[in-house]
Amino acid sequence: MVDGSRYGVNDFALKIATVNGTGSASANGLLLQALFRMGIPVSGKNVFPSNIQGLPTWYEIRVNKDGYTARSPDFQLVVAMNPQSYARDIEEVVSGGWILYDDTKKLDDELRRDDVTFLGLPLAEMCVDEFEGSRTRILMKNITYVGALVALLDIDMDVVKGMLEEKFSAKKHLMDANFKAIDMGHRAAEERFDCPLPIRLESMDKTKDCVMVTGNAAAALGCVYAGATVGAWYPITPSTSLMDGFTEYCERFRVDEATGQKNFCIIQAEDELAAAGMVIGAGWMGARAFTPTSGPGISLMSEFIGLAYYAEIPSVFFDVQRTGPSTGMPTRTQQGDLMLCAYASHGDTKHIVLFPADPKECFELAVAAFDLAERFQTPTFVVSDLDIGMNDWMIPRLEWDDDYRPDRGKVLSAEELEEAETFYRYLDVDGDHIPYRTLPGVHPKGAYFARGSGHDKYGRYTEGSAEYIEVVDRILRKVESAGDHVPQPELFTAGSSSGRAAAAGDGSIGLVSIGGCHWAVLEARDELATRGVNVDYLRVRAFPFNQTVEDFLASHDRVFVIEQNRDEQLRKLLLIETDCPKEKLTSITYYGGQPLSKGHVLEGLAEHIDILEQPVTAGVAS
Amino acid sequence: MSYITKPVARHKGTRINALGLTMRDYEGSMSTLCAGCGHDSVTAALIQSFFELDVEPHRVAKLSGIGCSSKTPTYFIREAHGFNSVHGRMPSIAAGANAANKDLLYVGISGDGDSLSIGLGQFCHAIRRNVNMLYVLENNGVYGLTKGQFSASADVGTKSKQGEVNQQGPIDPVNLALTLGATFVARSFSGDKAQLVPILKAGFAHRGFAFVDVISPCVTFNDHVGSTKSYAHTRTHMHEVVETDFVPIRSEIRTAYAEGSARAVKMHDGSTLHLRKVAEDYDPTNRVAVIEYLGGVVARGEVPTGLLYLAEAGADMHEFSQTVDRPLVDLPYETLCPGSGALAELQKEWW
Repeated sequence: MVDGSRYGVNDFALKIATVNGTGSASANGLLLQALFRMGIPVSGKNVFPSNIQGLPTWYEIRVNKDGYTARSPDFQLVVAMNPQSYARDIEEVVSGGWILYDDTKKLDDELRRDDVTFLGLPLAEMCVDEFEGSRTRILMKNITYVGALVALLDIDMDVVKGMLEEKFSAKKHLMDANFKAIDMGHRAAEERFDCPLPIRLESMDKTKDCVMVTGNAAAALGCVYAGATVGAWYPITPSTSLMDGFTEYCERFRVDEATGQKNFCIIQAEDELAAAGMVIGAGWMGARAFTPTSGPGISLMSEFIGLAYYAEIPSVFFDVQRTGPSTGMPTRTQQGDLMLCAYASHGDTKHIVLFPADPKECFELAVAAFDLAERFQTPTFVVSDLDIGMNDWMIPRLEWDDDYRPDRGKVLSAEELEEAETFYRYLDVDGDHIPYRTLPGVHPKGAYFARGSGHDKYGRYTEGSAEYIEVVDRILRKVESAGDHVPQPELFTAGSSSGRAAAAGDGSIGLVSIGGCHWAVLEARDELATRGVNVDYLRVRAFPFNQTVEDFLASHDRVFVIEQNRDEQLRKLLLIETDCPKEKLTSITYYGGQPLSKGHVLEGLAEHIDILEQPVTAGVAS
Repeated sequence: MSYITKPVARHKGTRINALGLTMRDYEGSMSTLCAGCGHDSVTAALIQSFFELDVEPHRVAKLSGIGCSSKTPTYFIREAHGFNSVHGRMPSIAAGANAANKDLLYVGISGDGDSLSIGLGQFCHAIRRNVNMLYVLENNGVYGLTKGQFSASADVGTKSKQGEVNQQGPIDPVNLALTLGATFVARSFSGDKAQLVPILKAGFAHRGFAFVDVISPCVTFNDHVGSTKSYAHTRTHMHEVVETDFVPIRSEIRTAYAEGSARAVKMHDGSTLHLRKVAEDYDPTNRVAVIEYLGGVVARGEVPTGLLYLAEAGADMHEFSQTVDRPLVDLPYETLCPGSGALAELQKEWW
């Protein structure tokens, strides 16, 4: 057990346990938003069931004055509102922590712990007394516990009420009810408990240049800004909100006010196979088109992905990863699709894959994906995960360069075709492995037959060995050359003079990670530095890997690869695609479905090397 | 082989259309199908239709899936872009392409394996979406490339070349399309060009999903005695329900119709269809009655043909989606990107 007393002002984690479908999500969102508006760095993780109503659901909030936003499983406070999950929730509070619960019904003595403080409030009873109608009573109970937290944590009540006013400005009766519930919870806590608790909040100034947004919303906005006009999809958790976002932003920015006509076309397909086909059909015509999906969808799309690879048709695929294999745990996160996306489809294939670490990169890499797909005339993947895609993240405000213009790659215009003597679709005219592309309907000379069957460099059907090999070899060189154009890895070097360089035997140590692991790795690395151990760190942002990745592996004696899957997929990709010897790379994996925590990283490292002055016990729960 | 180009030679007296093009200008590569294959006749009918409709070759987009029928888009209009996609998935490629560029003339060629087995789902949903295209199903009841297995359109009791009798009930694509709300449903026979060409032309003129099921016998695996998809069986069992004359825009009506015998239908593009009922009381615009009537014909072991059903109005995929009149591919980027000001404004809502 972690000693809860070492946490305090603007540095703790709390967990709210409720029942899904009871409206707690909006109450929890309100709470998170209030902390953000108080200027305190904050992160929220929604741990929800694959269910519509009635099962346990949790919301985790971490506040951290230093800006660490990775998941922390050390909960100083648990708001236990769901008797179904009392046993587990009470167990998860750190020693010295607090449990706020509804004591309308007496708590079973067996659930009591001596090392934590129980804070009971008769929330259900209060709401039955004060509100009419069962639905209203259920909804207002959520707001009432927020009111109690305002008192317990010293949240700025003006901020909370200001948000309620914004939200319910058009619905006075709802605003009144919410105000009443907030005040009721606040008063009850003040009367019964010694408020605020030692873990509490103080306003800061650390969020003013930031926004809170989900990765899926940011990726959707990236698609709008990249100029995507066709989106095809089949609903699947956790990617659904990406298309919801694209719809919302397009309705806002892409509809002609006078005519109501739309500068976009969104098609809800019959399945993921069709969604992929639509994207490829639109890409063939020259539109920027994309589909958001998750691992099961990529499995279904794989046949089409191979077609787009071989016929060289730009297409963008978003894989918001969830826990596999098969249906897996649809509402839990993982990085289990790295290999799948890198080599999706049968036969020899290899794809451009981008790995955002937060919503800011979801936005930026979405735009980059369309440029890369068109420049290299190939399927391009943006691979995030449930944690990045569906949770609210604090990120620096997004920026946009109005001088940006899409990189459409090598597309011949009607004028160029008119002047050209001949046109052959798959000819490497410039020696850069990228052929010229033509769009249907533009010019008779541009006509060619796109096909997934064997073709020669002139675009003609072939079953000839040499002709076939010439084309597939060029395609390989083309995709590999993309490594020089994909986003560079992010590199953190151990520049500190005070610490010693981390060492395994005689050599230096490096860390490599990917995607959403980043934040836990950064935090762990900082903690190592405070213990006098400095390690270099490289975050991979794209596949194919480039020279920076190769150099990093070459320049360290031992490299730990931190990733969220069982099979060490990033490590294996690195071994396949670089010259790094096998024994140099060791994976530290966590694949239980929760976002990675600092503790996972430190505990994993501690198993392999003696770099810690004290054993790690914090931050490895679940 | 399919990449062997035909010599282009123009003879005196060759017919020339309004664009100054000959029929040869709408041809493609040499067919690699078996001699006598019904599909080649369908290709010939398509070429004649394009020619007579004065279609600009490069404004056509040809799509197909996988199978013998799906090879045929290489055999017509060499100056049109083509897409030979994956098995059973052509409808989704067509839907996406059409979403991006609504101004091209889309023709999809499929087969009974492609549309009724592996691609049944996509076929159905393209109908529901009412994708604006001509969809030709070259229907021969067998898998030819894999040597003669029954397809999903094989009738109960029909015999394979080896003498095996099919026991599973067929999927009737005409009945299916009618049930799913298709707005243009026709059936013809590859051996009856006089019937097929006007139907194909009407299909091009139709706005929305125009479905044409063409019985197109497989000479190698399904043209024997005992097969219900052979030339002989189809000729003797064809039951023409509706005769169709297609009158393009600005052309005069040369045929005189007896009063009450023909129904004129104005198409979206301004052309006119004359539908002559062979059967009394047949109303090709009444879906429920059409399904019932055709059911009776099929029950007698006959093959109903003609432009069997036509909905005079109906929203296509773009109307469902309320997209702009201009093709999406033609929209300048500047009209698509909201810019930095909008981004700053939007983010004020992000807490």
